[in-house]
Amino acid sequence: MGIFTIILPEIFLFLSSTLLLMVGLFYRRINIINLLTFLLIIFTAVLVIYQPSSFGFNNSFVNDEFSKTIKVLILIGSASTLLMFSSSRRKLNIDIYEFPILISFASLGMMVMVSSNDLLAMFIGLELQSLSLYVLASLNRNSLQSSESGIKYFILGALSSGLLLFGVSYIYGFTGNTNFSLISATYDKDSLGLLIGIVFVCSGLAFKVSAVPFHMWTPDVYQGAPTPVTGFFALAPKVAAVALFLRFLYSSFGETAADWQQIIIFLSIASMIFAAFAAIAQSNIKRLMAYSSIGHIGYILIGMACFNFEGVQSLIIYLIIYLVMNVSVFSFILMMKRKDEYCENIDDLSGLYRHNPFYAILIALSMFSLAGIPPLAGFFGKFYIFMSAIKNDLYLLAVVGIVASVVSAFYYLRIVKIIYFDEPSEKFDEFNSSSLNLIFFISSGIVILFFVYPSPILNIGNYAAKTFF
Amino acid sequence: MIHSIVLLPLFGFVISCLFSFFKSDQTIDRITQIVTSLFISISAILSFYLFVINLSDPQVYKFTLFTWITSGDLSVNWSLYIDAVTRVMLVVITSVSALVHIYSIGYMSHDDSKPRFMGYLSLFTFAMIMLVTADNFLQLFFGWEGVGLASYLLIGFWYKKPSANAAAIKAFIVNRVGDFGLALGIFTIYMVFGSIDYQVVFENAEKFNETNFNFIGYDINAITLICFLLFIGAMGKSAQLFLHTWLPDAMEGPTPVSALIHAATMVTAGVFLVVRCSPLFDLSVEASSFVTLVGASTAFFAATIGLVQNDIKRVIAYSTCSQLGYMFFAAGLGAYGAAMFHLFTHAFFKALLFLGAGSVIHSVHEEQDIRKMGGIYIFTPLTHAMMVVGTISLMGFPFTSGFYSKDAIIEAAYLSDAMFSNYAYFLGTLGVVMTSFYSWRLMFLTFNGNTRMEEQKFREVHESPYVMLIPLFILAIGALSFGYIFKSYFIGGASVEFWDHSIAIHHHEHHHIPFLIYYLPAMLGILGFIIAWYMYLKNTKLPAAVASLNEPLYKFLLNKWYFDELYQYVFVIPARGIGKFFWKIIDGYFIDGFGPNGIASMVLKISEKARSIQTGFIYHYAFSILIGLSFLITYFIFVI
Repeated sequence: MGIFTIILPEIFLFLSSTLLLMVGLFYRRINIINLLTFLLIIFTAVLVIYQPSSFGFNNSFVNDEFSKTIKVLILIGSASTLLMFSSSRRKLNIDIYEFPILISFASLGMMVMVSSNDLLAMFIGLELQSLSLYVLASLNRNSLQSSESGIKYFILGALSSGLLLFGVSYIYGFTGNTNFSLISATYDKDSLGLLIGIVFVCSGLAFKVSAVPFHMWTPDVYQGAPTPVTGFFALAPKVAAVALFLRFLYSSFGETAADWQQIIIFLSIASMIFAAFAAIAQSNIKRLMAYSSIGHIGYILIGMACFNFEGVQSLIIYLIIYLVMNVSVFSFILMMKRKDEYCENIDDLSGLYRHNPFYAILIALSMFSLAGIPPLAGFFGKFYIFMSAIKNDLYLLAVVGIVASVVSAFYYLRIVKIIYFDEPSEKFDEFNSSSLNLIFFISSGIVILFFVYPSPILNIGNYAAKTFF
Repeated sequence: MIHSIVLLPLFGFVISCLFSFFKSDQTIDRITQIVTSLFISISAILSFYLFVINLSDPQVYKFTLFTWITSGDLSVNWSLYIDAVTRVMLVVITSVSALVHIYSIGYMSHDDSKPRFMGYLSLFTFAMIMLVTADNFLQLFFGWEGVGLASYLLIGFWYKKPSANAAAIKAFIVNRVGDFGLALGIFTIYMVFGSIDYQVVFENAEKFNETNFNFIGYDINAITLICFLLFIGAMGKSAQLFLHTWLPDAMEGPTPVSALIHAATMVTAGVFLVVRCSPLFDLSVEASSFVTLVGASTAFFAATIGLVQNDIKRVIAYSTCSQLGYMFFAAGLGAYGAAMFHLFTHAFFKALLFLGAGSVIHSVHEEQDIRKMGGIYIFTPLTHAMMVVGTISLMGFPFTSGFYSKDAIIEAAYLSDAMFSNYAYFLGTLGVVMTSFYSWRLMFLTFNGNTRMEEQKFREVHESPYVMLIPLFILAIGALSFGYIFKSYFIGGASVEFWDHSIAIHHHEHHHIPFLIYYLPAMLGILGFIIAWYMYLKNTKLPAAVASLNEPLYKFLLNKWYFDELYQYVFVIPARGIGKFFWKIIDGYFIDGFGPNGIASMVLKISEKARSIQTGFIYHYAFSILIGLSFLITYFIFVI
């Protein structure tokens, strides 16, 4: 039994999801299935929190402060997605009971990713997650867009998995090991072959976090996939992939940090700048959020490039704030309905201020926060990231980051301008979904009031960052 | 007591500011007029009391209110420093200001924004008091700029009149030239002395007598440089030659303003500055000679222009300019007491003349051209009488105030053997004839002879109300008697005790002044009167004949020696050209084009490009991934 306590939450999630899949076959009450999945995800999160730090399976699976923090974040993201799903499933033509099950399998894959300390475990987790996501993206089979986005994601995902595996084989070939700890103990620093392996693996992972130039799938998939799925994409997989990326580089290749830092810096700068400019020309809000998430990945990669305690700490803080802001925005997007039809264009927001001043101010504040305007949470996220960059003499990253956030302020503020100053369009339907309202108010409350009592989130960052330094 | 002298005008200003936010109506106007006038009157009475009790047994009062700036070695306090010079200034400022406040109740009775007017007047008074009660150069500068601001606001008080706005801006800009000199002077003082406190500076002045200071590449004696720079400031504020052009235009403001600011008080700030810094000016022969030269030239130059002007207020304005020249050359010759004495008496008779002119303008329905007046003394006997008092005092008729003070200056020029003293004596004496001539010309054209007004209007001429006349009576008392009463304190036997080291006093051995020289100015004044009488009452065709005989000279004088035109070509047009160049080419084309607008349009272009990369074709996406990968690998192969 002893060894199984290490993966107790994962086993619990796997068994119960499988069971729910069976139940669902005969008992097609999607509400109930969804609720049960929600509860079991919450219960898994509790299990994760109370799990002792440990490792096992030949040191290929670890539970430490970092993995526990990230897992809880992932599970929160998944749980929010289920709430979004429950309110929109009928209208969006995704009224099938597999949705919650797929979410929980994806979560399981991500949990394995986060805990993996071995190239193979990493790949298993990654693929379990990716397969679930491919299906989720094309869930609305009747929609051309949804199917197209699923296909695109699948093909490009397969390509990136191939690159990743190729890199893994290089690394194995040049070190003779697959375990992160053993790799770091044995590898030859000057080996170019190993470096090429790292580049390949990084490319594969950069695809998962959607860093430029491996980001191309993101806008299409975000726009095409059903909105709750898009929300899920923005929330959980990003967090998991960032965590895996970080553990892969930090645990196995801490000694050659100077080399792979170049890769991360390149990805970071490219993502920040490209996202800032490309987003300006968008008119669909989901597509806009895709570019926004690419940009945020750029900032997160700054924290990763720092390779020290402050860097990881600021990265964790940024991830948490990013998650909260996205929950707020996506729960609102799901409330944008007119005559029971979903609106996705930015211009549809015009006149929101006239009809719903309260929601207007909350969404405007969320936008200000995404743009990084004090004293909202988004500002502090960026602030800690830039501070750690400057402490580590990564001035270029800090300067580019600030310039990019100035440019990106344009498209966030444009939304505020449309809400407040444009000629009002028709009124939205009543915002009466209680589950969406719940997560919208909680998340925007955190965004707005973060500065009043920031220490819990800062402490979490502190707690998680201890793992590596 | 001293605090209330200073603070009452400030309260008056604040209260009328608050009231000016209300919709103007009878009660509010009345309240602000009464409150501000009352406050200033109390202030004036207290100042006069303070002046009188310290006549023979002077004291120096010094209060530090609070620290203003502390920065490194620089430490500046807000303080009230009251010695003899300040007391004289306080009497002049507060009493003239109080009378002008009261006078304005009548003069501005048809105006729509009375609280604003009264507020500006009080603001001016407060700033002027701050200027004279300073114990350091920075507070002086604060007051200096404060009066400049109030002057600007008041000249442009009728802001709907374009000419008033233009005049206000002109006054402000010309003063800026002087203020720049003053600021540089203060900086130099700080660099040389390490302090800007009067006490420190004046006590240590002699130590730095030999110090040289590098200024734009030249080694100049530090004290001389400081005095030059301070005097440039004084020239601006006191409208001396080259920086005088704003003063006549400033007559666009309401007449009480001209009386208060542009005759009695603010324009004398320059004289005050020179007298205040007399320990410094005394050490620099060069600077003092320069002061004499400029003062004497202005005294003559402004008088010549005054001869031919036709606007009642402009004549008096040039007269002011000229009289300020007298004060300066007295100061330049070291006769600081005489300069202050003339400042003191001039304030009363010039304010009297201006307020009298205001009363005339009020009587003849806002007409200012003296060629369109004449013969109105029948209707305005009291105003006429008061103007006569002011005029005889200005021309220096024996035993009036102007007689004592102007004589003292001309005597000082006669006795002095400093550089330019003969020049000053000659021009000053010549100026006396002209002063008398243009003053009486003004009087005769306005009040006597046959009227040149339209009959309808002429019949409607009326005497001004008593609220305007009573201030005239009070000023007339000053214009007649103050010279006699205070001459021994200012320049006579009691002067050493009276000034109590607040100014530098020179003890000439008492030369005997020939009787003829002593009474020469008075006689020349009478000569001027006779010429004016002959030309404008007796033989009224003569002026036109003289003018046509000396056509170029007449034009030259009428156009004020073409100073405005000269400045237009030398400064204004090139400055406008440079401004246009920077506006259109540098800012509009280069900075906006490549800066905000350029970047903004570039961002849009880039974002269009970035969007077009997103083709939707899956092989493009895969291509992008592979390009990124190969870029990274290539990079590492070549770098490592």
